[in-house]
Amino acid sequence: MSEETTTGLSHNKLAMWVFLGSECLLFGALISTYLLYRNKFYDGPAPGDIFDIPFTSVSSFVLLMSSLTMVLALSALQKGDIRNNRLWLLTTALLGAVFIGGQVYEFTTFIREGLGYTTSPFSSAFFTLTGFHGVHVSLGIVMIMSLLISSYRGKLTKKNTETVEIIGLYWHFVDVVWIIIFTVIYLVPNPTS
Amino acid sequence: MSTSETRTEDHEDHEDHEDHEHPSDQKYMQIALLLAVITAAEVATYFVHIGPALIPTLMVMMVVKFFIVAAWFMHLRFDSKMFTRFFVAGIVLAVSVYFIFLTVFEFWTKG
Repeated sequence: MSEETTTGLSHNKLAMWVFLGSECLLFGALISTYLLYRNKFYDGPAPGDIFDIPFTSVSSFVLLMSSLTMVLALSALQKGDIRNNRLWLLTTALLGAVFIGGQVYEFTTFIREGLGYTTSPFSSAFFTLTGFHGVHVSLGIVMIMSLLISSYRGKLTKKNTETVEIIGLYWHFVDVVWIIIFTVIYLVPNPTS
Repeated sequence: MSTSETRTEDHEDHEDHEDHEHPSDQKYMQIALLLAVITAAEVATYFVHIGPALIPTLMVMMVVKFFIVAAWFMHLRFDSKMFTRFFVAGIVLAVSVYFIFLTVFEFWTKG
């Protein structure tokens, strides 16, 4: 049974929403900084020369589908279906890991092509923004794996669906942030050298 | 108190609290399919030139995807309005602050 609160709402869930509201400011700052510096690539590679849109599109699709598997994990637990809950949680973590793998590949390719963290204001802003997002995805994977471990220890049952829902909120937030990054940073026409 | 009044109060009480019905798995899959189609349309704009309509089209698709995920996958459509208010407050504050920030740096005029 959930605890009684003055608002009738779960404090944990409310806290997660307040946290996500504050995260909007963090990513807003990073996106704004990128927009200011995207034209300042000096002698280094320009965004339009280096971005691989087809590759990033696949990564974006993978992250988007991980949001589906996360809600399916929650839905399974709400029905008391522990087996499918584990299956969807594991799938979500794997999709997240594929996204991170893609980001590591993208970063190493960029570095090999001469775009280091300190090459230009553009590169610093780009790596900071996408790196922060990658760290958020990685933390999400850790949280989902901890849910899986709890499940195998018998501690994740229909009674604690709220825990999965709260971690799911974080995961979906990371997804919506990428929806913005993918459009604003990658798809909006970029300057070339 | 009549039965209908009691039912109405129960309904309102239900809406304000977090015990809510979530969509079916089939509905979630339909939503994911819609998101995939919009993403495909976004990516298509990279290969098909649509001229000056490109940026407004991309922005509309981005906002639609954002709201679909927030409303259906994050359950804001079904949850207490309080959660929506906190999230929207964060978004409005962020957009306002950074719009002013970019204006100060003459971002919009420099291009």
